[in-house]
Amino acid sequence: MASVTVYGTPLSPAVSRVLACLFEKDVDFKLAPVDMAKGQHKSPDFLKLQPFGQVPAFQDELTTVFESRAICKYICNKYPEKGNQTLMGGRDGGLLAQTSVDQWLEAEGQSFNPPSSALVFQLAFAPMFGFKQDPAAIEQNEAKLANVLDVYDRRLGESKFLAGDDFTLADLAHLPNGHILVSKNEDLFMSRKNVGRWWVEISARPAWKKVVEMQNAPLG
Amino acid sequence: MAIKLHGQPWSNNTVRAMTVLNEKGLDYVLCPVDLRSGGHKKPEFLALNPFGQIPVFQDGDGSVFESRAITRYVATRYKETGTDLLSASSAALETWLQVEGSQFNPPMFRIIFELGIKPLIGMSTNMSVVENESDKIGKVLDVYEAHLAKNKYLAGDEFTLADLNHMPEIYILSKSAKFDLIDSRPHLKAWWEDISARPAWKKTAVSLPF
Repeated sequence: MASVTVYGTPLSPAVSRVLACLFEKDVDFKLAPVDMAKGQHKSPDFLKLQPFGQVPAFQDELTTVFESRAICKYICNKYPEKGNQTLMGGRDGGLLAQTSVDQWLEAEGQSFNPPSSALVFQLAFAPMFGFKQDPAAIEQNEAKLANVLDVYDRRLGESKFLAGDDFTLADLAHLPNGHILVSKNEDLFMSRKNVGRWWVEISARPAWKKVVEMQNAPLG
Repeated sequence: MAIKLHGQPWSNNTVRAMTVLNEKGLDYVLCPVDLRSGGHKKPEFLALNPFGQIPVFQDGDGSVFESRAITRYVATRYKETGTDLLSASSAALETWLQVEGSQFNPPMFRIIFELGIKPLIGMSTNMSVVENESDKIGKVLDVYEAHLAKNKYLAGDEFTLADLNHMPEIYILSKSAKFDLIDSRPHLKAWWEDISARPAWKKTAVSLPF
C-alpha cells in the first residue's frame, strides 16, 4: 500500500517532475488530484500542506514536503537503495559528484527554468486557458533560452549528461518543460547537436514515458 | 591550496558564498573578477563557469559554480568545522532551501539589484521595477511570517543553511528604503535581528560596500 501521496495534476510541470523521480526510484505512490479550476489549491486544507498554494505537495508517513526539486531530493535521500541509485551523484556517489548534480540542478532552476516556464506559459497554457499570447515575451524568452542552450550544447559535447557520465536529477529536472517546448518548437533543442542527442536520450527513459502516459490519460 | 572565491563583494551571490565561509571560520582569498572589462567572458573564467557568472569557488578538491551549490558544498565538506549548518530534518531543510531559490529570491533580487547594486556599478535605478516586485513579494513574505511565528528558524529549532542563504539579499534590502517589507512583519524582523547578530555575519557585513 502506498504511504506516499503526491497532490496535483500530472499536467503541471512541477508535479510531473516529482512523478518522474518517483518512477525512476520505483517508489509506489498515490496521486491526489487538486482541482485548481475550483480553487482547491487555495483552500485552508491545502494551504496546510503547501502554504504558497501551489502544486505539488508531497506527503509520506513521516512528513510533508513541497517544492518539486526539494521533493525529488527528499525521495532520493529517503530511498537510497531503491530503483535508480545514481540520481544524486552518479556511480561515484561521493561529495564532488553530488555537488556537480547540485550545481547543474541550480543552473536548471536559475537559468533554464525562468525562460522555459515563461515560454511554456505562452506557447501551451495561454492558448489552453484562453489567455492572449504576448509575442514580445515569446521573443525575449526564446533569446534567453537560446543562450542557456548554447552553454548546455558545449557542456554536453564534453559530458554525456549535465552532471557527468550518469543521468541524474539535474537532467530529470528539465523533462517537464523540455517535453512541452519540444512539442511546440522542436528546433530549439534539436537544432543543437549535443542538446538534441541528450534530449532524445533522456526523454526516452521508461520513467518519463510513464509520466507522459499519465499526462495523456483521459480525464475522469 | 587555499580556498579561492572568484567574484565581487557587491554581488549578492558572491556574498552568499562569503557568508558560509565565514560561518565555517574558513580562510579564503577573494579574487576579483572584472566584469566591466569582460573578465567573466574570458576562456579561463568560462572554463570555471561556462555561464560566465560569479561566484566561482575553488579548493584543493575541485571547483563549483552557482552560489547555492557552493554553500551546500562548503556546509557538507566542512560539516565538522564551526557551526553545523545542516542540522535539520531532510524534509524541512530541502523545502526551505528550495523556497529561497524559487519563491523568495526572484522578486527580492530584482528589488535589491535596483536599489542596492545598480548604484554601486554606475547604473540607474528603475523604481517601477522596485514597486512591481515589492507588491509581488508581499504574499511570499506573508507565508514566511506565518511560518516563523511557529518556527524559530526556517528549518526548525536551529540556524541552518536555509536561513543563511537568505542573508545577502535581506542585508542589502536593510540598507534601502524598502526594508519595511521585512521590518513591518514582526516574526520576520525578529528572525533577521537574530541571524544578523551572529558574529560570523558581522564579519561578513563589515567587508561589504553597501
